[in-house]
Amino acid sequence: MSQHPAGAADHGHGHHDEHENHGSLKAYVIGFILSIVLTVIPLLVVFQTNMSKNGIIITIVTMAVIQLLVQLLFFMHIREGEGPKYNVMTLILGLFIVVVIVASSVWIMSFNSVVQ
Amino acid sequence: MYASIKSFASSFFVTGDPLIYGADVSIVLTSIAVLFVLFYFKKWGWLWREWLTTVDHKKIGIMYLFASLLMLFRGGVDALLMRTQLALPNVQFLQADHYNAVFTTHGTIMILFMAMPMMFGLFNMVVPLQIGARDVAYPFLNSVSFWLFFFGAMLFNLSFVIGGSPDAGWLSYPPLSEMSGSPGVGENFYIWGIQISGIGSLATGINFIVTILKMRAPGMKFMKMPMFTWSVFSSSIIIIFAFPILTVTLALLFIDRYMGGHLFTMDGGGFPMMYINLIWMWGHPEVYIVVLPAFGIFSEIVATFSRKRIFGYKSMVFALLSISILSFFTWVHHFFTMGSGADVNVAFAIATMAIGIPTGAKVFNWLFTMFRGRIRLEQPMMWTLAFIPCFVVGGATGVMLAVAPADYQYHNSYFLIAHFHQVLIGGVVFGYLAGIYYWWPKLFGFKLNERLGKYAFWLWNIGFYVCFMPQYALGFMGMTRRVYTYGWDMGWGPLNLVSTIGAFLMGIGFVFQVWQILYSVKYGERDTTGDPWNARTLEWSIPSPPPMYNFAVVPVVDERDSFWEDKERRDFAPAPPVPVSKLESIHMPKNSGVPIIFAACWFIAGFGFVFDWKWMAFSGLAGVGISLLVRSFTYDTDYYVPLEEVIETEKAAGRAV
Ligand code: HEM
Ligand SMILES: [Cu+2]
Repeated sequence: MSQHPAGAADHGHGHHDEHENHGSLKAYVIGFILSIVLTVIPLLVVFQTNMSKNGIIITIVTMAVIQLLVQLLFFMHIREGEGPKYNVMTLILGLFIVVVIVASSVWIMSFNSVVQ
Repeated sequence: MYASIKSFASSFFVTGDPLIYGADVSIVLTSIAVLFVLFYFKKWGWLWREWLTTVDHKKIGIMYLFASLLMLFRGGVDALLMRTQLALPNVQFLQADHYNAVFTTHGTIMILFMAMPMMFGLFNMVVPLQIGARDVAYPFLNSVSFWLFFFGAMLFNLSFVIGGSPDAGWLSYPPLSEMSGSPGVGENFYIWGIQISGIGSLATGINFIVTILKMRAPGMKFMKMPMFTWSVFSSSIIIIFAFPILTVTLALLFIDRYMGGHLFTMDGGGFPMMYINLIWMWGHPEVYIVVLPAFGIFSEIVATFSRKRIFGYKSMVFALLSISILSFFTWVHHFFTMGSGADVNVAFAIATMAIGIPTGAKVFNWLFTMFRGRIRLEQPMMWTLAFIPCFVVGGATGVMLAVAPADYQYHNSYFLIAHFHQVLIGGVVFGYLAGIYYWWPKLFGFKLNERLGKYAFWLWNIGFYVCFMPQYALGFMGMTRRVYTYGWDMGWGPLNLVSTIGAFLMGIGFVFQVWQILYSVKYGERDTTGDPWNARTLEWSIPSPPPMYNFAVVPVVDERDSFWEDKERRDFAPAPPVPVSKLESIHMPKNSGVPIIFAACWFIAGFGFVFDWKWMAFSGLAGVGISLLVRSFTYDTDYYVPLEEVIETEKAAGRAV
């Protein structure tokens, strides 16, 4: 448990623990390229192809989910750190709340189409 | 040329209303006075070094506190304007459109620019001290949060004199808030003011979660944390999941208004009810964000002033955490009348009532803590005692509203208005005031005057019931919210007059509090012990006001309320001073001017978007980007407080030999 405010990071003091690995340049570059590719694909699909509406939506959502994973793995250091995995717990709770929000919104709003 | 300037000025500045010219004059005069003082006394350097660039959580907390009190004043004036207009039938004080603007800014300011910053002020002033830390986890980000809030609030308030205020209600429901219903710039001010400060709120939520997870003193296990820290933790959990929803919802509304989207419009396949669904997904959790820390404050105060451990610690923790999750499952109760069908309404009605259970459990825990305690009636405890009955009634009327079929009668009537003011004033405002009275001596080194405080207390309390009890009845008599006037034939006159009197009583109460603060600066009882209330948690173990680094020696905790247990073990004799050999130089973050510049750039960008001046919007955004780059390439962000300085400070406070 570090007693130092994390904003006062460990530059130039050398007494800080070495295990706080913040990723390599290679990982950042790979992550960056992957993110760009994953962003360009939906754009191309929308502007350059005439895929069906459902096809487009599925492509965008798939790319978004992969992008999320890329961000977590390459930039957010989800695999690193010691001690309790608070970040993973938070992610799971977040995922749960997202599911609740989306599913219940569909449920709440679908009544509109029932009465029409 | 002259004509075009004139026509620009007449649409840019709000004109035609004496109230607003009055505001213009007072804004200009105050600014001149402030500038004069700063130049005359050569205080610029001091202001910049000690306050504007500070990353010290205590100073940031104090700035939040005073900014929120200023906003309480503005929101309070809005409230009194409304109550004056409604005091009697057919009053011609405010016109309909003006009244709409006033209730909109009142609601938005009170929740987002008064309650939230006052809460963040208390987070900042207390949490690091309570857990034995020297600052928050991300001090730089903390300063960024404050300045984003500050400039967001300024942008929002500017709409009063420039461009025109928003007037589509505090949640800006479409289609009224769309271009079709609100073609002016008011809604743009609403969107940008909230977006800018909202990013700051999200960052604060993250900051305090990490602070509580990572920076606790050695030995302070989760189940040994003070109750206020627990409540901040639960509140921050809600913040990090709820605020993104608000940001996205307002961004969607902005797409509609700025780029001609049709997400929430009446035509073009828009879906206005979706906005209402989304905004309440943030809106309901938001009310729990602001009330949970108030619960935490009451828990600290009840234990301290009853001289007992808090009753049912584990159940309190469990209640807080379950409320923070449950609060995400009740939002539909704000639009039962949308008519999503009986199944939807029943599910959310039951979920709403379920929240009443952990809340009720907490009330019993406070009562049992007081039971057979040695109660001291000092100011913080008075507000706590006033809170309990008030909140119980507010919760009960909430459960009445949660009965979906009955809500078709109550919805958007004055009954609803009375309900949420009862929980927001009786719960949140009383709670934060109690917290301010309680922790004031810690931060400033003196107590707030008791006599003036008592006047304020009684004015607020009597004023509250006189103001809001009649509103329950008015709701039953058919008076709906957001009406700007009514006729004699409705029979609402007498109760409205009573209600207005109550509102002014609370206003006078606030004036007494301002006086109380000013008076106590000079004559307030000084606190030389660091522990003026004989309290239980770590923040009271250090001098008041605490040194910049808080704890010269990081405390080691081995039980709950360990500060109290220590005091008991040594029979309340003063703590022995620390030998100088135990002191060390202390690692601290450096001040930075980037946060205030960064936030000012957001302000410029926001202002540009409000008026659709692209050159301004994009230069603001460029400034935002540059500030981020500058920070990324700053490596010299921390330093060591030299040992001699630590020794000197500790000796001066009589804490070291
Ligand atoms: C047991 C606790 C509570 C219950 C059961 C409850 C229930 C409700 C219900 C059903 C409504 C909607 C009524 C309608 O629109 O017709 C409502 C509105 C509201 N409640 Fe509560 N409530 C509770 C506690 C709170 C607390 C603690 C706060 C704030 C600290 C709060 C703030 C509000 C606000 C601000 C509104 C109205 C917002 C608006 O329409 O503009 N409530 N409450
Ligand atoms: Cu609610």
